[in-house]
Amino acid sequence: MLTDGLVKNNPVFVLVLGMCPTLATTSSAINGLEMGVATMFVLILSNIVISLLAPAVPDKVHIPVYIVVIATFVTVLQLLMQAFVPSVYETLGLFIPLIVVNCIVLGRAEAFAGKHNALESALDGVGIGLGFTLALTVIGLVREVLGSGSAFGFKFIPGDGILAFVMAPGAFLVLGYLMVLFNKFVKKQ
Amino acid sequence: MAAKSTLSNMVICLTGVCLVCAAILGAVYSVTKVPIEQASQKAMLTSIGMVIPEGGELSEAISDEATGMSYYKSVAEGKTIAYAVNSTVTGFGGPLVLMVGVLPDGTVYATKVLSQSETPGLGAQCATSESFISQFRGLGPDKKIAVRKDGGDIDAITASTITSRAYALAVSNAVTLVKTLEGQVLNEADSWSGASTKAEQTENKEEQK
Amino acid sequence: MEYLLIIVSAIFVNNIVLAQFLGICPFLGVSNKLSTATGMSGAVCFVITLATVVTYLLNNYVLVPLGLGFLQTIAFILVIAALVQMVEIVLKKISPSLYQALGIFLPLITTNCAVLGVAITVVSKEFSFGGAAHMLNLAEAVVYALATSIGYGLAMILFAGLREHLSGNSIPKPFKGLPIALITASIMAMAFLGFSGIV
Repeated sequence: MLTDGLVKNNPVFVLVLGMCPTLATTSSAINGLEMGVATMFVLILSNIVISLLAPAVPDKVHIPVYIVVIATFVTVLQLLMQAFVPSVYETLGLFIPLIVVNCIVLGRAEAFAGKHNALESALDGVGIGLGFTLALTVIGLVREVLGSGSAFGFKFIPGDGILAFVMAPGAFLVLGYLMVLFNKFVKKQ
Repeated sequence: MAAKSTLSNMVICLTGVCLVCAAILGAVYSVTKVPIEQASQKAMLTSIGMVIPEGGELSEAISDEATGMSYYKSVAEGKTIAYAVNSTVTGFGGPLVLMVGVLPDGTVYATKVLSQSETPGLGAQCATSESFISQFRGLGPDKKIAVRKDGGDIDAITASTITSRAYALAVSNAVTLVKTLEGQVLNEADSWSGASTKAEQTENKEEQK
Repeated sequence: MEYLLIIVSAIFVNNIVLAQFLGICPFLGVSNKLSTATGMSGAVCFVITLATVVTYLLNNYVLVPLGLGFLQTIAFILVIAALVQMVEIVLKKISPSLYQALGIFLPLITTNCAVLGVAITVVSKEFSFGGAAHMLNLAEAVVYALATSIGYGLAMILFAGLREHLSGNSIPKPFKGLPIALITASIMAMAFLGFSGIV
Protein backbone atom coordinates (compact mmCIF):
# COMPACT_ATOMS: atom_id res chain seq x y z
CA MET A 1 0.00 0.00 0.00
CA LEU A 2 2.87 2.34 0.80
CA THR A 3 4.83 1.71 -2.38
CA ASP A 4 1.72 1.82 -4.56
CA GLY A 5 1.57 5.59 -4.43
CA LEU A 6 5.27 5.99 -5.15
CA VAL A 7 5.38 4.41 -8.60
CA LYS A 8 2.41 2.34 -9.72
CA ASN A 9 -0.22 4.89 -8.70
CA ASN A 10 2.00 7.94 -8.66
CA PRO A 11 -0.41 10.88 -8.29
CA VAL A 12 1.50 13.08 -10.74
CA PHE A 13 2.86 10.77 -13.43
CA VAL A 14 0.09 8.16 -13.49
CA LEU A 15 -3.10 9.63 -12.01
CA VAL A 16 -2.27 13.13 -13.33
CA LEU A 17 -3.76 14.93 -10.33
CA GLY A 18 -2.72 18.13 -8.58
CA MET A 19 -1.16 19.67 -11.69
CA CYS A 20 -1.28 23.28 -10.49
CA PRO A 21 1.21 23.03 -7.60
CA THR A 22 3.20 20.49 -9.62
CA LEU A 23 3.89 23.11 -12.26
CA ALA A 24 3.91 26.24 -10.16
CA THR A 25 6.07 25.38 -7.16
CA THR A 26 8.82 23.33 -8.80
CA SER A 27 11.22 26.07 -9.87
CA SER A 28 13.74 24.44 -7.52
CA ALA A 29 14.10 21.06 -5.82
CA ILE A 30 13.67 22.52 -2.33
CA ASN A 31 10.44 24.32 -3.26
CA GLY A 32 9.04 21.11 -4.76
CA LEU A 33 10.01 19.16 -1.64
CA GLU A 34 8.40 21.72 0.68
CA MET A 35 5.18 21.79 -1.33
CA GLY A 36 5.07 17.97 -1.34
CA VAL A 37 5.50 17.76 2.42
CA ALA A 38 2.85 20.43 3.01
CA THR A 39 0.37 18.53 0.86
CA MET A 40 1.27 15.26 2.57
CA PHE A 41 0.53 16.80 5.97
CA VAL A 42 -2.99 17.73 4.90
CA LEU A 43 -3.51 14.45 3.04
CA ILE A 44 -2.63 12.21 5.99
CA LEU A 45 -4.65 14.11 8.58
CA SER A 46 -7.72 14.57 6.38
CA ASN A 47 -7.59 10.90 5.35
CA ILE A 48 -7.58 9.80 9.00
CA VAL A 49 -10.39 12.12 10.10
CA ILE A 50 -12.54 11.40 7.06
CA SER A 51 -12.20 7.64 7.49
CA LEU A 52 -13.42 8.04 11.08
CA LEU A 53 -16.28 10.38 10.14
CA ALA A 54 -17.47 8.62 7.00
CA PRO A 55 -19.81 6.03 8.59
CA ALA A 56 -21.75 8.77 10.39
CA VAL A 57 -22.06 11.21 7.51
CA PRO A 58 -25.28 11.16 5.47
CA ASP A 59 -24.55 10.21 1.89
CA LYS A 60 -25.87 13.37 0.22
CA VAL A 61 -23.73 15.79 2.19
CA HIS A 62 -20.51 13.80 2.28
CA ILE A 63 -18.67 16.02 -0.24
CA PRO A 64 -19.33 19.30 1.64
CA VAL A 65 -18.29 17.63 4.90
CA TYR A 66 -15.06 16.36 3.32
CA ILE A 67 -14.33 19.83 1.95
CA VAL A 68 -14.85 21.43 5.36
CA VAL A 69 -12.52 18.90 7.00
CA ILE A 70 -9.84 19.42 4.35
CA ALA A 71 -10.18 23.22 4.50
CA THR A 72 -9.77 23.06 8.29
CA PHE A 73 -6.49 21.19 8.04
CA VAL A 74 -5.26 23.51 5.30
CA THR A 75 -5.96 26.51 7.53
CA VAL A 76 -4.21 24.82 10.46
CA LEU A 77 -1.24 24.27 8.15
CA GLN A 78 -1.34 27.92 7.02
CA LEU A 79 -1.32 29.18 10.60
CA LEU A 80 1.48 26.83 11.68
CA MET A 81 3.62 27.74 8.68
CA GLN A 82 3.12 31.47 9.22
CA ALA A 83 4.18 31.05 12.82
CA PHE A 84 7.18 28.75 12.50
CA VAL A 85 8.45 28.78 8.90
CA PRO A 86 7.32 32.19 7.55
CA SER A 87 9.93 32.23 4.77
CA VAL A 88 8.68 28.92 3.34
CA TYR A 89 5.10 30.19 3.59
CA GLU A 90 6.11 33.26 1.62
CA THR A 91 7.78 31.25 -1.17
CA LEU A 92 4.90 28.84 -1.69
CA GLY A 93 2.37 31.66 -1.26
CA LEU A 94 -0.99 31.13 -2.85
CA PHE A 95 -0.47 27.42 -3.35
CA ILE A 96 -0.77 26.58 0.34
CA PRO A 97 -4.45 27.67 0.63
CA LEU A 98 -5.00 26.09 -2.77
CA ILE A 99 -4.27 22.64 -1.31
CA VAL A 100 -8.01 22.74 -0.50
CA VAL A 101 -8.84 22.35 -4.17
CA ASN A 102 -6.00 19.95 -4.93
CA CYS A 103 -7.79 17.06 -6.57
CA ILE A 104 -5.42 14.57 -4.91
CA VAL A 105 -6.69 15.31 -1.42
CA LEU A 106 -10.41 15.27 -2.21
CA GLY A 107 -9.86 12.39 -4.61
CA ARG A 108 -8.23 10.17 -1.96
CA ALA A 109 -10.93 11.14 0.56
CA GLU A 110 -13.62 10.07 -1.86
CA ALA A 111 -11.95 7.03 -3.39
CA PHE A 112 -10.12 5.60 -0.39
CA ALA A 113 -10.58 7.15 3.05
CA GLY A 114 -14.38 7.04 2.89
CA LYS A 115 -14.28 3.26 2.49
CA HIS A 116 -11.36 2.14 4.68
CA ASN A 117 -10.39 2.28 8.35
CA ALA A 118 -8.21 4.95 9.91
CA LEU A 119 -4.93 3.00 9.85
CA GLU A 120 -5.23 2.02 6.21
CA SER A 121 -6.26 5.56 5.29
CA ALA A 122 -3.26 7.00 7.13
CA LEU A 123 -0.92 4.62 5.29
CA ASP A 124 -2.58 5.53 1.99
CA GLY A 125 -2.04 9.20 2.82
CA VAL A 126 1.65 8.55 3.53
CA GLY A 127 2.09 6.55 0.31
CA ILE A 128 0.32 8.97 -2.00
CA GLY A 129 1.90 11.93 -0.17
CA LEU A 130 5.38 10.47 -0.65
CA GLY A 131 4.64 9.80 -4.32
CA PHE A 132 3.55 13.42 -4.77
CA THR A 133 6.58 14.72 -2.86
CA LEU A 134 8.93 12.52 -4.90
CA ALA A 135 7.43 13.68 -8.20
CA LEU A 136 7.61 17.36 -7.23
CA THR A 137 11.18 17.04 -5.99
CA VAL A 138 12.31 15.28 -9.17
CA ILE A 139 10.66 17.90 -11.40
CA GLY A 140 12.11 20.67 -9.25
CA LEU A 141 15.57 19.07 -9.37
CA VAL A 142 15.56 18.78 -13.18
CA ARG A 143 14.38 22.37 -13.58
CA GLU A 144 16.90 23.66 -11.06
CA VAL A 145 19.87 21.79 -12.60
CA LEU A 146 19.01 22.92 -16.14
CA GLY A 147 17.74 26.37 -15.23
CA SER A 148 20.18 27.59 -12.60
CA GLY A 149 22.98 25.02 -12.58
CA SER A 150 22.43 24.01 -8.99
CA ALA A 151 20.84 21.18 -7.02
CA PHE A 152 19.06 21.77 -3.69
CA GLY A 153 20.64 25.21 -3.65
CA PHE A 154 24.24 24.01 -4.18
CA LYS A 155 25.60 25.58 -7.34
CA PHE A 156 27.86 23.22 -9.26
CA ILE A 157 27.70 24.63 -12.79
CA PRO A 158 28.97 28.21 -13.04
CA GLY A 159 27.02 30.72 -15.09
CA ASP A 160 23.36 31.42 -15.56
CA GLY A 161 21.89 28.15 -16.83
CA ILE A 162 19.03 27.89 -19.30
CA LEU A 163 16.65 30.39 -17.78
CA ALA A 164 13.59 29.15 -19.67
CA PHE A 165 13.55 26.11 -17.39
CA VAL A 166 13.00 28.23 -14.30
CA MET A 167 10.22 30.16 -16.03
CA ALA A 168 6.75 28.99 -17.00
CA PRO A 169 7.54 27.15 -20.28
CA GLY A 170 10.14 25.00 -18.54
CA ALA A 171 7.54 23.70 -16.09
CA PHE A 172 5.32 22.33 -18.85
CA LEU A 173 8.29 21.04 -20.84
CA VAL A 174 10.00 19.17 -17.98
CA LEU A 175 6.74 17.59 -16.80
CA GLY A 176 5.94 16.56 -20.39
CA TYR A 177 9.32 14.90 -20.98
CA LEU A 178 9.39 13.24 -17.55
CA MET A 179 6.00 11.73 -18.38
CA VAL A 180 7.42 10.45 -21.66
CA LEU A 181 10.29 8.78 -19.80
CA PHE A 182 7.86 7.39 -17.23
CA ASN A 183 5.61 5.96 -19.96
CA LYS A 184 8.59 4.46 -21.77
CA PHE A 185 10.47 2.84 -18.91
CA VAL A 186 8.12 2.37 -15.95
CA LYS A 187 4.61 1.84 -17.22
CA LYS A 188 5.69 -0.74 -19.80
CA GLN A 189 6.48 -3.44 -17.28
CA MET B 1 -21.42 2.23 4.70
CA ALA B 2 -22.64 5.82 4.92
CA ALA B 3 -25.67 6.73 6.99
CA LYS B 4 -29.03 7.30 5.33
CA SER B 5 -29.79 10.87 4.25
CA THR B 6 -32.70 12.61 5.87
CA LEU B 7 -33.10 16.35 6.03
CA SER B 8 -32.63 16.49 9.78
CA ASN B 9 -29.48 14.41 9.98
CA MET B 10 -27.99 16.23 6.99
CA VAL B 11 -28.48 19.59 8.67
CA ILE B 12 -27.26 18.32 12.04
CA CYS B 13 -24.20 16.71 10.48
CA LEU B 14 -23.18 19.75 8.42
CA THR B 15 -23.76 22.18 11.28
CA GLY B 16 -21.92 19.91 13.70
CA VAL B 17 -18.90 19.48 11.46
CA CYS B 18 -18.74 23.21 10.73
CA LEU B 19 -18.96 24.11 14.41
CA VAL B 20 -16.29 21.61 15.45
CA CYS B 21 -13.99 22.77 12.66
CA ALA B 22 -14.52 26.44 13.50
CA ALA B 23 -13.76 25.66 17.15
CA ILE B 24 -10.56 23.81 16.23
CA LEU B 25 -9.47 26.68 13.99
CA GLY B 26 -10.25 29.24 16.67
CA ALA B 27 -8.11 27.29 19.12
CA VAL B 28 -5.19 26.89 16.71
CA TYR B 29 -5.46 30.57 15.77
CA SER B 30 -5.29 31.73 19.36
CA VAL B 31 -2.26 29.52 19.99
CA THR B 32 -0.39 30.62 16.86
CA LYS B 33 -1.36 34.29 16.98
CA VAL B 34 1.57 35.41 19.13
CA PRO B 35 4.22 33.33 17.28
CA ILE B 36 2.94 34.66 13.93
CA GLU B 37 3.23 38.26 15.10
CA GLN B 38 6.65 37.58 16.58
CA ALA B 39 7.78 35.93 13.36
CA SER B 40 6.75 38.88 11.16
CA GLN B 41 8.18 41.33 13.69
CA LYS B 42 11.43 39.39 13.75
CA ALA B 43 11.60 39.24 9.96
CA MET B 44 11.12 43.01 9.79
CA LEU B 45 13.74 43.66 12.47
CA THR B 46 16.22 41.34 10.77
CA SER B 47 15.87 43.10 7.45
CA ILE B 48 16.17 46.51 9.12
CA GLY B 49 19.25 45.27 10.98
CA MET B 50 20.82 44.32 7.67
CA VAL B 51 20.53 47.81 6.17
CA ILE B 52 21.56 50.17 9.00
CA PRO B 53 24.64 50.37 11.22
CA GLU B 54 24.44 48.64 14.59
CA GLY B 55 24.15 50.35 17.94
CA GLY B 56 21.06 52.51 17.72
CA GLU B 57 17.67 52.10 19.32
CA LEU B 58 14.96 51.51 16.76
CA SER B 59 11.76 53.58 16.73
CA GLU B 60 8.30 52.34 15.86
CA ALA B 61 7.25 52.54 12.20
CA ILE B 62 6.60 56.15 11.23
CA SER B 63 4.45 56.99 8.24
CA ASP B 64 5.40 59.95 6.06
CA GLU B 65 2.21 61.66 5.00
CA ALA B 66 3.53 63.44 1.93
CA THR B 67 4.91 60.32 0.21
CA GLY B 68 2.96 57.56 1.94
CA MET B 69 6.22 55.74 2.70
CA SER B 70 6.92 54.32 6.13
CA TYR B 71 10.29 54.43 7.85
CA TYR B 72 12.09 53.57 11.06
CA LYS B 73 14.58 55.79 12.89
CA SER B 74 17.59 54.44 14.68
CA VAL B 75 18.55 56.70 17.56
CA ALA B 76 21.72 56.59 19.65
CA GLU B 77 22.46 59.08 22.45
CA GLY B 78 19.66 61.39 21.39
CA LYS B 79 20.84 61.59 17.78
CA THR B 80 19.41 59.87 14.74
CA ILE B 81 22.16 57.69 13.35
CA ALA B 82 20.24 56.10 10.46
CA TYR B 83 16.89 55.71 8.77
CA ALA B 84 15.45 52.46 7.43
CA VAL B 85 12.94 53.33 4.72
CA ASN B 86 10.34 50.94 3.38
CA SER B 87 10.26 51.87 -0.31
CA THR B 88 7.81 50.40 -2.84
CA VAL B 89 8.01 50.91 -6.61
CA THR B 90 6.64 49.15 -9.67
CA GLY B 91 9.13 46.67 -11.08
CA PHE B 92 8.91 44.51 -14.17
CA GLY B 93 6.49 41.88 -12.84
CA GLY B 94 4.71 43.82 -10.11
CA PRO B 95 5.48 45.68 -6.90
CA LEU B 96 9.11 45.73 -5.80
CA VAL B 97 9.49 46.41 -2.07
CA LEU B 98 12.85 47.40 -0.62
CA MET B 99 14.18 48.23 2.80
CA VAL B 100 16.73 50.99 2.29
CA GLY B 101 19.11 52.07 5.03
CA VAL B 102 20.08 55.72 4.73
CA LEU B 103 22.42 57.76 6.95
CA PRO B 104 21.16 61.21 8.02
CA ASP B 105 23.38 62.99 5.46
CA GLY B 106 21.76 61.06 2.62
CA THR B 107 24.41 58.36 2.13
CA VAL B 108 22.98 54.94 1.30
CA TYR B 109 24.14 52.43 3.91
CA ALA B 110 22.70 49.20 2.48
CA THR B 111 19.59 47.84 0.75
CA LYS B 112 17.52 44.69 0.98
CA VAL B 113 14.62 43.33 -1.07
CA LEU B 114 11.55 42.61 1.08
CA SER B 115 9.34 41.26 -1.70
CA GLN B 116 9.50 41.12 -5.48
CA SER B 117 7.75 39.41 -8.35
CA GLU B 118 10.42 39.84 -11.02
CA THR B 119 11.30 37.27 -13.70
CA PRO B 120 13.00 34.25 -12.08
CA GLY B 121 16.65 34.05 -13.06
CA LEU B 122 16.71 37.56 -14.53
CA GLY B 123 15.17 40.44 -12.61
CA ALA B 124 14.77 38.28 -9.52
CA GLN B 125 18.56 38.41 -9.18
CA CYS B 126 18.13 41.88 -7.73
CA ALA B 127 17.41 40.13 -4.43
CA THR B 128 20.52 37.92 -4.52
CA SER B 129 23.16 39.30 -6.89
CA GLU B 130 25.95 40.60 -4.66
CA SER B 131 27.63 42.46 -7.53
CA PHE B 132 24.42 44.42 -8.18
CA ILE B 133 23.43 45.13 -4.58
CA SER B 134 26.93 46.15 -3.46
CA GLN B 135 26.92 49.07 -5.93
CA PHE B 136 24.41 50.89 -3.75
CA ARG B 137 26.38 50.50 -0.52
CA GLY B 138 27.99 53.73 0.61
CA LEU B 139 26.65 55.73 -2.32
CA GLY B 140 27.20 59.37 -1.41
CA PRO B 141 24.43 61.97 -1.07
CA ASP B 142 25.57 63.95 -4.13
CA LYS B 143 25.68 60.92 -6.47
CA LYS B 144 22.88 60.39 -8.94
CA ILE B 145 21.24 57.06 -8.15
CA ALA B 146 20.39 55.65 -11.57
CA VAL B 147 21.53 52.98 -14.01
CA ARG B 148 24.20 53.88 -16.60
CA LYS B 149 21.60 54.20 -19.37
CA ASP B 150 19.97 57.01 -17.39
CA GLY B 151 23.23 58.77 -16.65
CA GLY B 152 24.03 57.20 -13.27
CA ASP B 153 26.79 54.87 -12.11
CA ILE B 154 24.82 51.69 -11.46
CA ASP B 155 25.53 48.71 -13.71
CA ALA B 156 22.14 47.16 -14.49
CA ILE B 157 21.57 43.41 -14.10
CA THR B 158 22.10 41.76 -17.50
CA ALA B 159 18.87 41.79 -19.54
CA SER B 160 16.94 43.35 -16.65
CA THR B 161 17.14 47.09 -17.18
CA ILE B 162 13.57 47.71 -16.01
CA THR B 163 14.09 45.89 -12.73
CA SER B 164 17.42 47.65 -12.16
CA ARG B 165 15.83 51.00 -12.94
CA ALA B 166 13.00 50.31 -10.50
CA TYR B 167 15.52 49.28 -7.83
CA ALA B 168 17.50 52.48 -8.34
CA LEU B 169 14.29 54.52 -8.20
CA ALA B 170 13.27 52.87 -4.92
CA VAL B 171 16.66 53.69 -3.39
CA SER B 172 16.58 57.21 -4.76
CA ASN B 173 13.05 57.78 -3.37
CA ALA B 174 14.25 56.65 0.05
CA VAL B 175 17.24 59.00 -0.06
CA THR B 176 15.03 61.90 -1.12
CA LEU B 177 12.68 61.18 1.78
CA VAL B 178 15.54 61.15 4.28
CA LYS B 179 16.96 64.39 2.85
CA THR B 180 13.54 66.03 3.19
CA LEU B 181 13.14 64.70 6.74
CA GLU B 182 16.59 65.89 7.75
CA GLY B 183 15.91 69.23 6.12
CA GLN B 184 12.73 69.57 8.14
CA VAL B 185 14.48 68.65 11.36
CA LEU B 186 17.19 71.20 10.69
CA ASN B 187 14.69 73.90 9.72
CA GLU B 188 12.60 73.28 12.81
CA ALA B 189 15.70 73.32 14.95
CA ASP B 190 16.85 76.46 13.16
CA SER B 191 13.76 78.34 14.17
CA TRP B 192 14.35 77.41 17.79
CA SER B 193 18.06 78.02 18.06
CA GLY B 194 20.16 78.40 14.97
CA ALA B 195 23.53 78.28 16.65
CA SER B 196 23.31 74.89 18.28
CA THR B 197 22.11 73.26 15.07
CA LYS B 198 25.08 74.52 13.13
CA ALA B 199 27.37 73.18 15.75
CA GLU B 200 25.62 69.83 15.54
CA GLN B 201 25.91 69.82 11.79
CA THR B 202 29.66 70.28 11.83
CA GLU B 203 29.91 67.64 14.50
CA ASN B 204 27.94 65.27 12.29
CA LYS B 205 30.24 65.91 9.38
CA GLU B 206 33.31 65.25 11.44
CA GLU B 207 31.89 61.98 12.65
CA GLN B 208 31.31 60.86 9.13
CA LYS B 209 34.82 61.71 8.07
CA MET C 1 -6.26 53.87 -18.51
CA GLU C 2 -5.72 51.86 -15.37
CA TYR C 3 -8.54 49.48 -16.30
CA LEU C 4 -6.94 48.97 -19.70
CA LEU C 5 -3.66 48.07 -17.99
CA ILE C 6 -5.45 45.64 -15.69
CA ILE C 7 -7.12 43.98 -18.66
CA VAL C 8 -3.95 43.62 -20.76
CA SER C 9 -1.96 42.45 -17.78
CA ALA C 10 -4.51 39.85 -16.70
CA ILE C 11 -5.19 38.44 -20.16
CA PHE C 12 -1.73 38.39 -21.72
CA VAL C 13 1.13 39.24 -19.38
CA ASN C 14 0.07 37.28 -16.32
CA ASN C 15 -2.11 34.75 -18.11
CA ILE C 16 -3.73 32.67 -15.40
CA VAL C 17 -2.93 29.32 -17.03
CA LEU C 18 0.33 29.89 -18.83
CA ALA C 19 2.04 32.19 -16.34
CA GLN C 20 0.32 31.58 -13.00
CA PHE C 21 -0.45 27.86 -13.34
CA LEU C 22 -3.99 28.03 -12.03
CA GLY C 23 -6.80 25.86 -13.37
CA ILE C 24 -4.43 23.40 -15.02
CA CYS C 25 -6.61 20.30 -14.43
CA PRO C 26 -9.51 21.40 -16.68
CA PHE C 27 -6.98 23.03 -19.02
CA LEU C 28 -5.52 19.59 -19.68
CA GLY C 29 -8.68 17.61 -19.01
CA VAL C 30 -11.36 19.12 -21.22
CA SER C 31 -9.29 20.64 -24.01
CA ASN C 32 -9.58 17.70 -26.43
CA LYS C 33 -12.42 19.28 -28.34
CA LEU C 34 -12.92 22.93 -29.23
CA SER C 35 -16.62 22.84 -28.35
CA THR C 36 -16.15 21.52 -24.80
CA ALA C 37 -13.28 23.94 -24.23
CA THR C 38 -15.52 26.85 -25.22
CA GLY C 39 -18.29 25.65 -22.89
CA MET C 40 -15.90 25.24 -19.98
CA SER C 41 -14.39 28.68 -20.58
CA GLY C 42 -17.85 30.26 -20.53
CA ALA C 43 -18.77 28.56 -17.28
CA VAL C 44 -15.44 29.45 -15.63
CA CYS C 45 -15.74 33.07 -16.74
CA PHE C 46 -19.19 33.32 -15.18
CA VAL C 47 -18.25 31.65 -11.89
CA ILE C 48 -14.90 33.43 -11.41
CA THR C 49 -16.46 36.87 -11.80
CA LEU C 50 -19.42 36.10 -9.55
CA ALA C 51 -17.30 34.36 -6.93
CA THR C 52 -14.80 37.21 -6.83
CA VAL C 53 -17.53 39.77 -6.13
CA VAL C 54 -19.09 37.67 -3.36
CA THR C 55 -15.81 36.69 -1.68
CA TYR C 56 -14.49 40.26 -1.95
CA LEU C 57 -17.55 41.59 -0.09
CA LEU C 58 -17.47 38.70 2.39
CA ASN C 59 -13.80 39.27 3.16
CA ASN C 60 -13.80 43.05 3.47
CA TYR C 61 -17.17 43.54 5.18
CA VAL C 62 -17.52 40.40 7.31
CA LEU C 63 -14.30 38.50 7.93
CA VAL C 64 -11.85 41.37 8.35
CA PRO C 65 -14.07 43.60 10.56
CA LEU C 66 -14.80 40.61 12.81
CA GLY C 67 -11.12 39.65 12.98
CA LEU C 68 -11.85 36.28 11.40
CA GLY C 69 -9.29 36.59 8.61
CA PHE C 70 -7.97 33.15 9.46
CA LEU C 71 -11.27 31.60 8.31
CA GLN C 72 -10.66 32.97 4.80
CA THR C 73 -9.80 29.69 3.08
CA ILE C 74 -12.66 27.70 4.56
CA ALA C 75 -15.21 30.48 4.06
CA PHE C 76 -14.19 31.09 0.46
CA ILE C 77 -14.35 27.45 -0.58
CA LEU C 78 -17.79 27.03 1.00
CA VAL C 79 -19.06 30.19 -0.69
CA ILE C 80 -17.73 29.02 -4.04
CA ALA C 81 -19.27 25.55 -3.64
CA ALA C 82 -22.64 27.03 -2.67
CA LEU C 83 -22.45 29.58 -5.47
CA VAL C 84 -21.78 26.92 -8.09
CA GLN C 85 -24.77 24.92 -6.85
CA MET C 86 -26.96 28.01 -6.99
CA VAL C 87 -25.83 28.98 -10.46
CA GLU C 88 -26.63 25.45 -11.57
CA ILE C 89 -30.17 25.58 -10.16
CA VAL C 90 -30.90 29.08 -11.42
CA LEU C 91 -29.53 28.36 -14.86
CA LYS C 92 -31.63 25.20 -15.13
CA LYS C 93 -34.80 27.20 -14.42
CA ILE C 94 -34.10 30.38 -16.37
CA SER C 95 -32.20 29.30 -19.44
CA PRO C 96 -32.29 25.59 -20.24
CA SER C 97 -30.27 26.13 -23.42
CA LEU C 98 -27.44 27.84 -21.56
CA TYR C 99 -27.67 25.12 -18.92
CA GLN C 100 -27.25 22.51 -21.63
CA ALA C 101 -24.13 24.26 -22.84
CA LEU C 102 -22.51 25.00 -19.46
CA GLY C 103 -24.32 22.71 -17.03
CA ILE C 104 -22.10 19.66 -17.16
CA PHE C 105 -19.02 21.78 -16.43
CA LEU C 106 -20.43 23.51 -13.38
CA PRO C 107 -19.87 20.72 -10.81
CA LEU C 108 -16.24 20.49 -11.97
CA ILE C 109 -15.66 24.16 -11.24
CA THR C 110 -15.84 23.90 -7.44
CA THR C 111 -12.47 22.19 -7.45
CA ASN C 112 -11.03 24.38 -10.21
CA CYS C 113 -8.28 26.16 -8.36
CA ALA C 114 -8.52 29.15 -10.71
CA VAL C 115 -11.71 30.27 -8.93
CA LEU C 116 -10.33 30.07 -5.39
CA GLY C 117 -6.97 31.33 -6.64
CA VAL C 118 -8.39 34.52 -8.13
CA ALA C 119 -10.63 35.10 -5.09
CA ILE C 120 -7.67 34.85 -2.69
CA THR C 121 -5.30 36.85 -4.92
CA VAL C 122 -7.76 39.73 -5.22
CA VAL C 123 -8.12 40.21 -1.47
CA SER C 124 -4.55 39.52 -0.41
CA LYS C 125 -2.11 40.83 -3.00
CA GLU C 126 -1.02 44.36 -3.78
CA PHE C 127 -1.13 45.30 -7.43
CA SER C 128 0.62 48.06 -9.28
CA PHE C 129 -0.66 49.09 -12.67
CA GLY C 130 1.50 51.99 -13.66
CA GLY C 131 0.93 53.84 -10.41
CA ALA C 132 1.71 53.02 -6.79
CA ALA C 133 1.08 49.54 -5.40
CA HIS C 134 -2.30 49.22 -3.73
CA MET C 135 -5.06 46.74 -2.86
CA LEU C 136 -7.77 46.48 -5.51
CA ASN C 137 -11.12 48.19 -4.92
CA LEU C 138 -14.34 46.43 -5.86
CA ALA C 139 -14.56 47.81 -9.41
CA GLU C 140 -10.93 46.93 -10.11
CA ALA C 141 -11.45 43.50 -8.61
CA VAL C 142 -14.38 42.83 -10.93
CA VAL C 143 -12.41 44.00 -13.97
CA TYR C 144 -9.43 41.91 -12.88
CA ALA C 145 -11.59 38.81 -12.39
CA LEU C 146 -13.34 39.24 -15.71
CA ALA C 147 -10.10 39.86 -17.60
CA THR C 148 -8.40 36.92 -15.89
CA SER C 149 -11.19 34.59 -16.89
CA ILE C 150 -11.10 35.90 -20.46
CA GLY C 151 -7.39 35.08 -20.41
CA TYR C 152 -8.34 31.62 -19.19
CA GLY C 153 -10.78 31.19 -22.06
CA LEU C 154 -8.23 32.47 -24.56
CA ALA C 155 -5.54 30.01 -23.46
CA MET C 156 -8.05 27.17 -23.27
CA ILE C 157 -9.57 27.73 -26.72
CA LEU C 158 -6.20 28.25 -28.44
CA PHE C 159 -4.93 25.10 -26.76
CA ALA C 160 -7.99 23.07 -27.76
CA GLY C 161 -7.57 24.21 -31.36
CA LEU C 162 -3.95 23.04 -31.33
CA ARG C 163 -4.87 19.72 -29.77
CA GLU C 164 -7.56 19.06 -32.36
CA HIS C 165 -4.89 19.44 -35.03
CA LEU C 166 -2.45 17.26 -33.11
CA SER C 167 -4.88 14.38 -32.77
CA GLY C 168 -4.70 13.72 -36.53
CA ASN C 169 -0.91 13.38 -36.54
CA SER C 170 1.15 10.29 -35.86
CA ILE C 171 2.84 10.80 -32.51
CA PRO C 172 5.45 8.43 -31.00
CA LYS C 173 3.74 6.15 -28.51
CA PRO C 174 5.29 7.40 -25.25
CA PHE C 175 4.36 10.98 -26.24
CA LYS C 176 0.70 10.21 -26.89
CA GLY C 177 -1.95 11.98 -24.86
CA LEU C 178 -0.76 14.24 -22.05
CA PRO C 179 2.99 14.48 -22.69
CA ILE C 180 2.58 16.00 -26.15
CA ALA C 181 -0.16 18.26 -24.76
CA LEU C 182 2.22 19.51 -22.06
CA ILE C 183 4.94 20.15 -24.61
CA THR C 184 2.42 22.09 -26.71
CA ALA C 185 1.46 24.09 -23.63
CA SER C 186 5.13 24.81 -23.02
CA ILE C 187 5.51 26.31 -26.49
CA MET C 188 2.37 28.39 -25.91
CA ALA C 189 3.79 29.60 -22.61
CA MET C 190 6.96 30.67 -24.44
CA ALA C 191 4.83 32.65 -26.88
CA PHE C 192 3.03 34.34 -23.99
CA LEU C 193 6.39 35.21 -22.38
CA GLY C 194 6.74 37.64 -25.26
CA PHE C 195 4.06 39.79 -23.65
CA SER C 196 5.94 40.21 -20.40
CA GLY C 197 7.04 43.70 -19.63
CA ILE C 198 4.49 45.54 -21.74
CA VAL C 199 2.55 46.60 -18.66
